[in-house]
Amino acid sequence: MQDVVLALLVKEPSHGYELRQRLAAALGPLGESLNAGQVYVTLTRLEKAGLVVAEREDVPVRGPRRKVYALTAAGQERVAAWMAEGAGPRPDVTEFHLKLVAAAESGAADPLALVDARRRELMRTLAETQRAALDHGAHARAGLLLEGISLRLQADLRWLEACERTWSGRARRGEGGGAG
Amino acid sequence: MIRGGFARGNGQAATARTAAGPALRTVGVSRRYGEEAGAVWAVDRLDLDVPAGQTLAVTGPSGCGKSTLLQLLGGLDRPTEGEVWLGGRRIDGLGERALARLRRRAVGFVFQAYHLMHELSAAQNVELPALLAGASPRTARARAAELLDRVGLADRARHLPSELSGGQRQRVAVARALVNEPLVVLADEPTGNLDSAATYDILRLFGELRAAGQTLVVVTHDERVAATADRVVSLRDGALADDIRLDGHGTGLAGEGSDDGSGRPGPGHDDGGGSGLGAMLAWED
Repeated sequence: MQDVVLALLVKEPSHGYELRQRLAAALGPLGESLNAGQVYVTLTRLEKAGLVVAEREDVPVRGPRRKVYALTAAGQERVAAWMAEGAGPRPDVTEFHLKLVAAAESGAADPLALVDARRRELMRTLAETQRAALDHGAHARAGLLLEGISLRLQADLRWLEACERTWSGRARRGEGGGAG
Repeated sequence: MIRGGFARGNGQAATARTAAGPALRTVGVSRRYGEEAGAVWAVDRLDLDVPAGQTLAVTGPSGCGKSTLLQLLGGLDRPTEGEVWLGGRRIDGLGERALARLRRRAVGFVFQAYHLMHELSAAQNVELPALLAGASPRTARARAAELLDRVGLADRARHLPSELSGGQRQRVAVARALVNEPLVVLADEPTGNLDSAATYDILRLFGELRAAGQTLVVVTHDERVAATADRVVSLRDGALADDIRLDGHGTGLAGEGSDDGSGRPGPGHDDGGGSGLGAMLAWED
């Protein structure tokens, strides 16, 4: 959550309400469970950690002057590190989805490059799993576990194909930016 | 279940390994279907080298051109433009008869639907390409018996394909593909009709071929099959989208990480990476 919120601030400073709108748009129905407080709690923590700074709006567009959050240098470094890091062998689909959205919106990374890197990571783990499965024999109990792991990895790889199709289509049509 | 190995004392695979140049090569190869407005480039200016002894998986979504590529590599189809080389010989310009001869001797095909002759026994199916290539009946019989033993089907030699399971039929097809000691084995969705256990049998068989130095190209949409290869190339719209080494020593090969042709920024070098399987086990105490 912290990483996602930071990444959404790369393009330009933003206030909490807008961040929540962008997150909700990226998450669709899953975003309905995101309550208003969570984003503000995260922003407060990030501010305490020195990753963002908050300022009051000079001239409110409407209503009261709201806090506008901006990344600090440390915050920018953290975003870059998050974009570069692998997702690990037990992938979190939501986190990777938000990473792609944030990457495209902020320009902090190329979503297609992230998809490629992720595919390589998953293929390596799958290769290792399949080697182990072939060594163990399909009928051993351990073989059953390995088959389950390989099926999960396969599901993740197939989802990446869908990610690739979506993001390469957007890049071609120049729709990389903008939530939803 | 699958006995014996595929160590080969003679044959083209051993020769090809030491020979200069790749077992398979395409240079700017393209294949167009249809004319003018309706033309579709199934394969689009593709450069690919497959070193002798490599097992290569070709993946990608339906319609990405992977089956067309396999047909071009095996001389079953001709490119609209570009070059196809097999074992150091350019084959895209060969005449029909020369091409048929070359296919018989130098290429072993494995198809998703097995393509066995229904009225012939397992052994006769394996013998047939040897006989067509000019082997004596006795030699053909001996080779077929040996290969059926290696794929674990010695006791099914006299069975008709209809008396065999899908997995057994495909193992007969693999034995048939090997009977002329081909330079390359080309497999198009070889596990597409098989259940999980039969798929693992075929993958084990391919693993033995790989250990014996057989050059093998497998077209598959199944990532679990692709993951058993030394190298995985992904096609998109007939062009190379990615090129991944999985053989555990991901550096030192010519063209490493630079021939993906995707033109994308990002991790250009495919440096092998670390172990992921161990990390699948995460205890929560």
